[in-house]
Amino acid sequence: MLLSEVCSILDARVITGEDSDVISNIDIHMACGCDLMSDVLAFVKDQALLLTGLMNQQVIRTAEMMDIIAVCFVRGKLPADDVVELAKKRGITLLATEHPLFSACGMLYDNGLRGREHG
Amino acid sequence: MVKHYEISGTDFANAGEASSDFKAMLKKIGVPTDVIRKVSIAMYEAEINTVIHGQGGYCDAELQPDRVIITFTDNGPGIEDIERAMQAGYSTATDEIRNLGFGAGMGLPNIKKYTDDMQIESEVGKGTTVVLTIKLFK
Ligand SMILES: Nc1ncnc2c1ncn2[C@@H]1O[C@H](COP(=O)(O)OP(=O)(O)OP(=O)(O)O)[C@@H](O)[C@H]1O
Ligand SMILES: [Mg+2]
Repeated sequence: MLLSEVCSILDARVITGEDSDVISNIDIHMACGCDLMSDVLAFVKDQALLLTGLMNQQVIRTAEMMDIIAVCFVRGKLPADDVVELAKKRGITLLATEHPLFSACGMLYDNGLRGREHG
Repeated sequence: MVKHYEISGTDFANAGEASSDFKAMLKKIGVPTDVIRKVSIAMYEAEINTVIHGQGGYCDAELQPDRVIITFTDNGPGIEDIERAMQAGYSTATDEIRNLGFGAGMGLPNIKKYTDDMQIESEVGKGTTVVLTIKLFK
């Protein structure tokens, strides 16, 4: 699923400033939804998109370590400037949606995006 | 090649800078991506532990011809029972740390999973040293 499709499904906006050309060239194969970075580090495998309600710099660093290329913040919350700046520096695209975590994940799943199965 | 990093025990926002820098360096040198991934996850977990549990310290990360060796040293409270600390789900993290997104008790087991060797030395009241080894080739 293209990141531009993720945006339209979730009514999300891009907060790191990439234009539509850029996000329609980012292809996401798997996603995960999680507020606990410990679990992202322990259980995420090849998911390229992280949906989260957590708002600090460690979200960006965790994404960086896991090669997650885009992070979508949920529930209408917006990260502080230092978080956005770090994401820009690391080349990670940030999105923001009004939908809560469970619903946002469900909407993407409904549209064919998958996460990791158990095991 | 050796890189030395000071790790602040109070600056949570910057925790992970060492791992970030070392990852960028390995990438630049052209180390295989699967090795970089293992190094990144293990090093970041250990760095976060040094900040949130060890009250800060330092890290030496060395790229040798056939392996990466990373040492984290802190003068924090130490670990009373290392075997227990290694168990998945065991954590002494406070609610404050949980609110920051950590404290699932998964870090040390995760480090073990992604390294070829992991050594922990710790003395209560003195501090902790964690040494991680990741081989570059199978
Ligand atoms: N450097 C350290 N100094 C003191 N105690 C430590 C140190 N590293 C780990 N510990 C102890 O070992 C426990 C388990 O560590 P581990 O990294 O597995 O989990 P965690 O840090 O609590 O949570 P997570 O890593 O999932 O965010 C910690 O809760 C802490 O009690
Ligand atoms: Mg930990």
